[in-house]
Amino acid sequence: MDPIKTPARLILVSSSPHIHCGSTVSAAMRDVLLALVPVILSAVWFFRLDAITVILACCLSAVFFEALCQKVMGCAITVKDGSALLTGLLLALCLPPGLSPVLAVFGSFCAIVIGKQVFGGLGNNIFNPAHIGRAILLASMPQQMTTWLPPVHSFIDNITNAVGSINSVTSATKAAHALNTAVNATTSATKAGIDGVSSATPLAMLRMSESLWQKGQSAADQLPNLWQLVLGNIPGSLGETCVPAILLGGLFLIWRGHVDWRIPFYYLLTVFLITGIYGYFRGYSPLFPLYHLFGGGLMIGAFFMATDWVTSPLTKRGRIIYAIGLGILTALIRLRGGYVEGVCYSILIMNMLTPLIDRYIRNTPFGGRAQKNG
Amino acid sequence: MFSRKATFKGGTHIPAEKNLTNSLPIIRMEAPEFVYLPLAMHIGAPARPVVAAGEKVKLGQLVAAAQGFVSSNIHASVSGMVTRIEKRYLPNGSLSDCIVIKNDGLDTMAEEITPGKNHGEIKAETIRQLLLDKGIVGMGGASFPTHVKYAPQKDGSTIDTVIINGIECEPFITADHRILLEEAENVISGLKYFLLASSAKKGIIAIEDNKPDAIEHLTRLTRDEPNISVVVCKEKYPQGSEKHLIYAVTGRTVPDKGLPSAVGVIVDNATTAMQTALAVEKDLPCYERVLTVSGDAVNKPGNYLVRIGSLYGDVVEKAAGGITGDIGKILCGGPMMGFAVGSLQYSVIKGTTGLLLFSQNSPLAHFLAEETCVRCGRCLEVCPMFLEPTVIAKAVKRRKWMDAAASDIASCIECGCCSYNCPSHIPLVQYIRMGKQFIMTGGSGGCNPLFKN
Repeated sequence: MDPIKTPARLILVSSSPHIHCGSTVSAAMRDVLLALVPVILSAVWFFRLDAITVILACCLSAVFFEALCQKVMGCAITVKDGSALLTGLLLALCLPPGLSPVLAVFGSFCAIVIGKQVFGGLGNNIFNPAHIGRAILLASMPQQMTTWLPPVHSFIDNITNAVGSINSVTSATKAAHALNTAVNATTSATKAGIDGVSSATPLAMLRMSESLWQKGQSAADQLPNLWQLVLGNIPGSLGETCVPAILLGGLFLIWRGHVDWRIPFYYLLTVFLITGIYGYFRGYSPLFPLYHLFGGGLMIGAFFMATDWVTSPLTKRGRIIYAIGLGILTALIRLRGGYVEGVCYSILIMNMLTPLIDRYIRNTPFGGRAQKNG
Repeated sequence: MFSRKATFKGGTHIPAEKNLTNSLPIIRMEAPEFVYLPLAMHIGAPARPVVAAGEKVKLGQLVAAAQGFVSSNIHASVSGMVTRIEKRYLPNGSLSDCIVIKNDGLDTMAEEITPGKNHGEIKAETIRQLLLDKGIVGMGGASFPTHVKYAPQKDGSTIDTVIINGIECEPFITADHRILLEEAENVISGLKYFLLASSAKKGIIAIEDNKPDAIEHLTRLTRDEPNISVVVCKEKYPQGSEKHLIYAVTGRTVPDKGLPSAVGVIVDNATTAMQTALAVEKDLPCYERVLTVSGDAVNKPGNYLVRIGSLYGDVVEKAAGGITGDIGKILCGGPMMGFAVGSLQYSVIKGTTGLLLFSQNSPLAHFLAEETCVRCGRCLEVCPMFLEPTVIAKAVKRRKWMDAAASDIASCIECGCCSYNCPSHIPLVQYIRMGKQFIMTGGSGGCNPLFKN
């Protein structure tokens, strides 16, 4: 019998389990970044250079501030995990296009340093860092933060009109024609040096023109039509306007298992129901809750901000309570509050309640107390 | 053929990795020169040695007797001479007295074993006595003395179902799979004896759907048995866990911290059933068992019938053709719940289901450094006990023992689903084990330097 050879390296003795599924935090971050690609593309498509500068400023500075913080605090520099990049990107996506890069960098500073690193970095922050950055910017620079540039492309109007009015195959050529006209119009506008005029977001218009709703359909003349709202051809923050892009990314994250469907589902449902009931009793058009659903930051908030792992509850029931709380707060702020937009603050407020929810909403072990009543 | 597959809530899908050995028939390994029989190889009180150094023993002779109710007999697995009783470590890290027997190579059977012995009419009492006498313990890994389960219920509750656990949800391990294929008749008669001993009406053989050959074989053999049926379970880890198997098969929920008998069920492993049939019909005590030797550092992976007390080194050399390459990890049992050991100087015990050897290049031999919890909630999603592993682990890290206890740390079955899925590679199960240890010792024990006051 040959003696067993001494191994060249040590034998690992560790506690079970000895296998791992292979998932890592940075892989999850990469998935979230990937899910945001359609949103980034839509932002760049609608706002062109105004989007690119804000995104670049936020992302680069977020990574820089994270590395700087970790260097100063003497911890391992972990910018490679992609979480700082993600925070920067999420911040950029909820800022208005054309915001001064200086303000964008300041927002990143607030997000990374005040929102995240002072709490101890990834995993320890209480608030969604991107929304901390946005909230501080909004509180300190309300003027700049609510200056909305209209999207560059007005031709989407033509497309939606074309799609809406013509059912035959020939619509394609007409749409193409409309597209050409629109591109020409845009380029000529740019050539003429028109930079775009600041205008109100649909939510602000909704707020200002609430009385118009009571007249029913006539309100539609004041507001962008629902198609434009869904496609994102409206003034608004970079990433919040294009609903299909957000849905694509959000559903990808749910499919990959990074996001619990309960949070966006119950959040959107609550907002829809409250605004729907409110609109019903005020005699508004049935479209009222849809404008609330697709307008403003609700979509990106529900899929990308509220579902942040670190700042949302752990249990399924806790997440449902959290999402319903978000919905109630968002609807309250939007309908009765001083701001036209309620997503950012409602997420921050519910982030505060997350530890409380986790403390009181506990799972019952298999075979434990809950089984008594079935 | 099977419309509904039994399953449970929670759990996770793990690559089964069984194709290395699942088609290899069981091979009997030649008896080693020495066997080391740990007196604490079962749950409960260690057995008391009834032989002394220098004494000659025969194969199957009682060498250590059960001490107390929850304990088990131990029999010589070779014939030869007891050389000494020495202290050795068990894979789980505990120290136990071991009876060392030098094999004389003759395998002289003990006189009291009479294979054709007529027990007269086989009654429940006969079987219970045999379970105790022949040292039958749960051979799926836990090594819980089987006679204890079949003793009349203290609370007077009745058992109506006996489930044979042929799930084998641990990756790599195929010993039970082979038993189900090659010893199906014995498994079925074992189940019949269990039904007799417990006066249960219904016997169920539960098999996971990744073993279609075993399902087909057992279904055919039990076709004419009115009170025995085969239930197919969906492949999911930890389907083999007692409580989850009962839930999947019968829909009953064992109360938290309760025993299966509380819902009228007894669960026994397929190998235990086979061993019981051998004990009743051939009068054989439990002195050998089938274990799977597998992994990428073994020359000849396979399923081997080895003597209890054989050293891992002997098993690898004599049966599995030795080690290939640089060895990086040695596992006793499966990769989800087995113990990693630092050498091959451990002995095979009744609950050893497998011996896995992995090379330095295998991902199993790589240490994953712990990162911060990002509260993704994966551990809660996969926990089959519906616990909150990350909450418990954090409480343990902060030495908040009361918080850990309030988070039902005691209900954890240490299946490993949480750690397996954790993107931050937090050794959640390890923290939970530490916490249990600390709570058991009143928050003062343990040997982890991290937790020294």
